[in-house]
Amino acid sequence: MFVQLKLLLWFRRESEMGKIIGLNGDEAVAYAVKQTNVDVIAAYPITPQTIIVERLSEYVHNGELEAAFVPVESEHSALSATVGAALTGARVFTATASQGLALMYEILWIASSLRLPIVMALGNRAFSAPINIHCSHDDAMAARDAGWIEFFSENVQEAYDLTLIAFKSAESCLLPAIVNLDAFILTHSLEGVEVLDDNDVKRFLPDKRPIYPYPIDVEKPTTYGPLALYDYYIEMKRQQAEAVKEAYGKIVNIMREYSEVSGRKYSPVKAYFMDDAEVAIVVLGSAAGTIRTVVRDLRSKGEKVGVLSLTLYRPFPEKELMNAVKNVKVLAVMDRAYSYGAPGAPLFSDIAATLYNVEEKPMLFNVVYGLGGRDLTADHVKFVFNIAKEYLRKGIVEKKEIWIGVRK
Amino acid sequence: MSELRLIKSIKEIPGQKYEYLAPGHRLCAGCGAPQLVRIVLKAIPDPKIVINATGCLEVATTIYPYSSWKIPWVHNAFENAAATAGGVEAAFKILEKKFGVKKPHIIVFGGDGGTFDIGLQALSGALERGHDFVYICYDNEAYMNTGIQRSSATPRGAATTTSPAGTVIPGKPERKKNLVEIAVAHGIEYAATANPAYPVDLYNKIVKADAVEGPAVIHYFNPCPTGWRFDPSLSIEIARLAVLTRVWPLYEVEKGEYKINVMIKKPRPLEEYLEKQGRFRHLLRPENKWMLDLLKKDIEENWKWLLRRAGLA
Repeated sequence: MFVQLKLLLWFRRESEMGKIIGLNGDEAVAYAVKQTNVDVIAAYPITPQTIIVERLSEYVHNGELEAAFVPVESEHSALSATVGAALTGARVFTATASQGLALMYEILWIASSLRLPIVMALGNRAFSAPINIHCSHDDAMAARDAGWIEFFSENVQEAYDLTLIAFKSAESCLLPAIVNLDAFILTHSLEGVEVLDDNDVKRFLPDKRPIYPYPIDVEKPTTYGPLALYDYYIEMKRQQAEAVKEAYGKIVNIMREYSEVSGRKYSPVKAYFMDDAEVAIVVLGSAAGTIRTVVRDLRSKGEKVGVLSLTLYRPFPEKELMNAVKNVKVLAVMDRAYSYGAPGAPLFSDIAATLYNVEEKPMLFNVVYGLGGRDLTADHVKFVFNIAKEYLRKGIVEKKEIWIGVRK
Repeated sequence: MSELRLIKSIKEIPGQKYEYLAPGHRLCAGCGAPQLVRIVLKAIPDPKIVINATGCLEVATTIYPYSSWKIPWVHNAFENAAATAGGVEAAFKILEKKFGVKKPHIIVFGGDGGTFDIGLQALSGALERGHDFVYICYDNEAYMNTGIQRSSATPRGAATTTSPAGTVIPGKPERKKNLVEIAVAHGIEYAATANPAYPVDLYNKIVKADAVEGPAVIHYFNPCPTGWRFDPSLSIEIARLAVLTRVWPLYEVEKGEYKINVMIKKPRPLEEYLEKQGRFRHLLRPENKWMLDLLKKDIEENWKWLLRRAGLA
């Protein structure tokens, strides 16, 4: 997949579409953030996100970026400071992973309820215990109910692109946005990344202030974050729910606009050989590339398989997903996270809920994979497709939940 | 600090034209907080904004759809007022540089729970980073907003709902933390204690704190009729007694120099202060004398320590 992308980029370079530089996922995010002319970055070091804030502090200390880098003493303070900064109308950014996200948790809800356009990069890393620095989607899933827009990147190029898309989405929808990138698989992998020209970024994301349209202003004194009880709270929450729902259409448009600027196509859902697929996998993040390789291989043998990956996870792309799986007979939902005691891991539950009222729907089963950075191999993917085909043949899902790549 | 507009008499405190906290809020009668807020907002010139930690002041002044605040006011959460203020300050500074937005004076209010306990880390971080704000801890010596639970600011022996005056353990067994000393340990330029019975002293300290480039910390004695169990009409009297008994020494630390603002040569008997408050009354019973003695020792040691710091012993 990486090779293919690089070839693509090489052709691009020939056509002088943009500049290609070697960046890992963290650096790609930092580069995009720099191009937004961000005002305040408040962050705390945590593997595998640390390179993002290292690069950003270098930009600031070397005068390449005129911004305040607030080196806070915890992730809780990182997001708290970011909330304060966003209220002034500044463009703001933070980044974290795993335990850091867990420590921020309280403020995630406050940031979204105050409707603050904060952008956060999340280097998806497993929750402790045992402590682990590698990839799970635990942190992304912990944030899923908190009212943030969530994007998942499949590769470093997407991490770069989605960071810019996230700023525009957050600022247009007045909602905070997370860009997920898999720990190490993306945060530390070097790719040739095609970056936009600074002027193109400015055209896509206008450099005007205030970003938040109701900033702290002594001429218009506002009380932010009051006490609201049973007489007003539920209306506020309903408004927030509507805002997140409405964000979907806006984000689709922003992705389209970005596709025009960059020449790289973005939409909430990426479908690969889904038109006539009988069995298919749906997945988040970097695993999509591996699965696509297997799909290509199986397709060459005449098998009707496909893969669907979600670039936008919140708000959830219900309609596009329904549409993409309408001809699928068996759908394997692959989760890189778990929800203990729940009827399914997070993505599985989302998809089951999406499809429940649909008349013609695929049979579903849940595959748990890759926790704590365990490799997902092509053989694992073939194994999943084989199970799906078996269920198709038998006309029944024998096991709703299977774990793959687990030592016996 | 030579050109500061310091005052000598209460009559010099700006009058009704300079009220920024509207009446009608739900703070208890006799609470020390509204007086604090009013004086602070008179002492600090425009433009100014307030960051408020979760607590009594926050919930009682902003019950949606009402607000008592006539200036911009921000509440984020309980433990992060200093971090929030740090973000606001950093943002205004860079916006001023990049886009010409004027940075206001930034005032932070946190209770003792939000400052001594859950917010101490955020405060320490913000002090170390040197954000330009005045942080004011209104200390009512327990978690009053949740119903009088002990904090690390609760004095030894005081009864709260989580340190009740029991038959075995009569009140809170541990001594009170020294907030000003923690603040001073960060190398900040100005820290001071304050008290509502000394409004001129309070006013001048706020003026000085605001004039400092970087953070300043004010530790304010906040009488609480509800939590301390006394008649609301006694608030100021109790506050004054706290100073006169050496329970609450009034001092300031300017660039590391300690100065006692109200010298108490001969303290009033501690019992005068204790007997007026339900939270302490059990200490006057003979079986609890041991706890009373420990509290007296805390007060005496603290005063001696202060004299040494001020170069007076």
